[in-house]
Amino acid sequence: MKKLSEYVDTEKGAKELAGDRVTVGVATCGISAGAGETLKALQDANLGVLVDPVGCSGACYNEPIVTVKQGGVYSIYSHVTKDKAQKIVDAVKTGKICGELFTAHGLTEMDYYKKQQRIVMENCGLINPLSIEQYAACGGFKGLLEALLLEPKEVIDVMKDSRLRGRGGAGFSTGVKWSFVLGKTGKKYLICNADEGDPGAFMNRIMLESDPFKVLEGMMIAAYAIGADEAFIYMRLERPLSIRMMQKAISLLGEKHLLGENILGKEGYNLKIRVKKGAGAFVCGEETALMNSIMGQRGYPRPRPPFPAEKGLWDKPTIINNVDTMANVATIMKIGLDRYKKIGTEKSRGTKTVCLTGNVKRPGVIEVPFGISLKEIVYDIGGGTPDGTKFKAVQMGGPAGGCIPASLMDLPLDYEPLTAAGAIMGSGGVVVMTDRDCMVDVARYFMSFTQKESCGKCTPCREGTLRLLEILERLTDGSGKKEDIELARKLSIFIRDSSLCGLGQNAPNPILSTMKYFMDEYVQHAEQKTCAAGVCKNMLTYVITDKCVGCGNCARICPVAAISGKLKTKYAIDDEKCIKCGECMRNCAFKAIEKKSTP
Amino acid sequence: MKTIGEIISKYRDRSDLIDLLSEVQEEYGYLSEDNMRIIEQSLDIPLVDIYGVATFYSSFKLNPAGRHIIRVCKGTACHVKKADMIEGVLDDLLGLRDKQTTEDGRFTLELVNCIGACAKAPNIMIDDKVYGELTKEKAERIIKEFTGQ
Repeated sequence: MKKLSEYVDTEKGAKELAGDRVTVGVATCGISAGAGETLKALQDANLGVLVDPVGCSGACYNEPIVTVKQGGVYSIYSHVTKDKAQKIVDAVKTGKICGELFTAHGLTEMDYYKKQQRIVMENCGLINPLSIEQYAACGGFKGLLEALLLEPKEVIDVMKDSRLRGRGGAGFSTGVKWSFVLGKTGKKYLICNADEGDPGAFMNRIMLESDPFKVLEGMMIAAYAIGADEAFIYMRLERPLSIRMMQKAISLLGEKHLLGENILGKEGYNLKIRVKKGAGAFVCGEETALMNSIMGQRGYPRPRPPFPAEKGLWDKPTIINNVDTMANVATIMKIGLDRYKKIGTEKSRGTKTVCLTGNVKRPGVIEVPFGISLKEIVYDIGGGTPDGTKFKAVQMGGPAGGCIPASLMDLPLDYEPLTAAGAIMGSGGVVVMTDRDCMVDVARYFMSFTQKESCGKCTPCREGTLRLLEILERLTDGSGKKEDIELARKLSIFIRDSSLCGLGQNAPNPILSTMKYFMDEYVQHAEQKTCAAGVCKNMLTYVITDKCVGCGNCARICPVAAISGKLKTKYAIDDEKCIKCGECMRNCAFKAIEKKSTP
Repeated sequence: MKTIGEIISKYRDRSDLIDLLSEVQEEYGYLSEDNMRIIEQSLDIPLVDIYGVATFYSSFKLNPAGRHIIRVCKGTACHVKKADMIEGVLDDLLGLRDKQTTEDGRFTLELVNCIGACAKAPNIMIDDKVYGELTKEKAERIIKEFTGQ
């Protein structure tokens, strides 16, 4: 075998990382906050130090984030939009800290990171994602080199011993999955499932945009272990930046001869990796549908068995792993079993990347050890809910998942306890909800999602989800009846038990779990026709209180002329005409308009 | 502009159909019946298969779309952050609802599942650029600036 230094100029990367450097996070979150313009302004400013684009460190709530490293001291600056870039320029040129934008001297100083343990996302936001030299300087490809010293079977044994569980949602042992193809000869395929479709989950996007080589290294190790010489990474069309980053990273690997034949001088270790783009179908996250899509067909799922390891792409044995799993593979081989085994719980080792979103003060992507409590995630890391709201529940696992109420926040983040509570780990999306979120409306939202994404192949899912959606629409628009609740529950169980693939089987979860913990809200919607959270429009009334000074602003704003009155006297809203748009309430300078949930 | 023949010549395999259709749509804005028939003849793939794939995936369009695509995210985080309000803005300013195109052919509105910028919810994406943390006023300003209203 050859040395990595024959392929990659690791020293160049190390030098770049060791010297003075200004970095700007330009993953999708950063760009949406204006980081692209900030980066350009800093690059144009002739700072005399390396200005590097980096990915996302996960603290999306602080974007755009600029980190200045001078004389070995890091200074992290938050909310650096283009108009504030000059302040960073001044800080760098004078060597002083810009107090106005300053956040911390390092990630570990921030509350957000104190309970995190970053082994998979270790490079995210720190290195230039497309610098193969910087990646190598941070220990990149070390895992691959370790793996190539072992026999393929020994690599699989390491994975089994690590107890790594697939991070796509089901949590199946990666090592055991790989061992299914071990004895098989002939053509085999590897697929990395990057079709991250769950709304509220974007940890894969962060990995792909911030550290694509780590995902690719995991794939290279997996391909070696299972004996595949051809691999695909199936990516979601709605993530254009991820796709571009991955395509560039693959071509860079090719240029350095780290893909192709006899890689790193290892005789017979050949691999090519291709990006395959999806075309907008949620069901393609399901592995059999995904394979059909790669083969250019409609993305229909098929019954299993046979599992892909038996009959996969073009009927050949195929192993499919999620992006996060691949990054974990590279991490385990790099840091070694001894260190990895000490992280997480006995059954679920290691860390999980979690997307923390919704009504929480510090939304973003975090990496935490398995076993951390949900309370720690929401409060210690996320900072709790916005002021003036009361925490109600977290929704976990996307459209296939469920809600966990505030009373169960001591639950550990782990597959089995979450499933027992009616939610699932899924891909790891945690959406925080408060007393201003209506749980019946949340169930309706997920059902409208699944109903649209049902591929239509099996009847329970195709017809059942539509009927469920209709029931939930009745309940949320005020025309529901008491019997609707029981009807929805029964239908949910039927769909769960009789659908063909995971999409249909899990589709009723959001309903069943909200019924389990928030039945009172269903009853209120069906019987009293009230929505305590003030979300369901048909159950709202806007009223003008005595705080009104009679300025008449609301009457001018109202799009349907539902407000009338005389100047300097209290105005009134005609509930018949009111379309509940809330414009009057948002625009009242005296906070004299309230919405009430009584009909 | 690339001709349909030039695009097809890059793809040989049945398994490349989705990539091929994506590139045709990128170039022409949609998948016309004529183009699908040319693909049928050039690659010997039955038209029914091409049509089947084109109608299965939500990104494929069988009718001309606007030159710019405005995507409103309907993900969970955007939903709890009141993304409905942004749909209202587009309806007010451009008169657009899901999958509709302005009369001048400049803009098409698509409601999409999740663009993965949940921490910045609510979001919209105009062509390839994401705009986050929208309020009604911010959304109005962005749309007005972009459309030159």
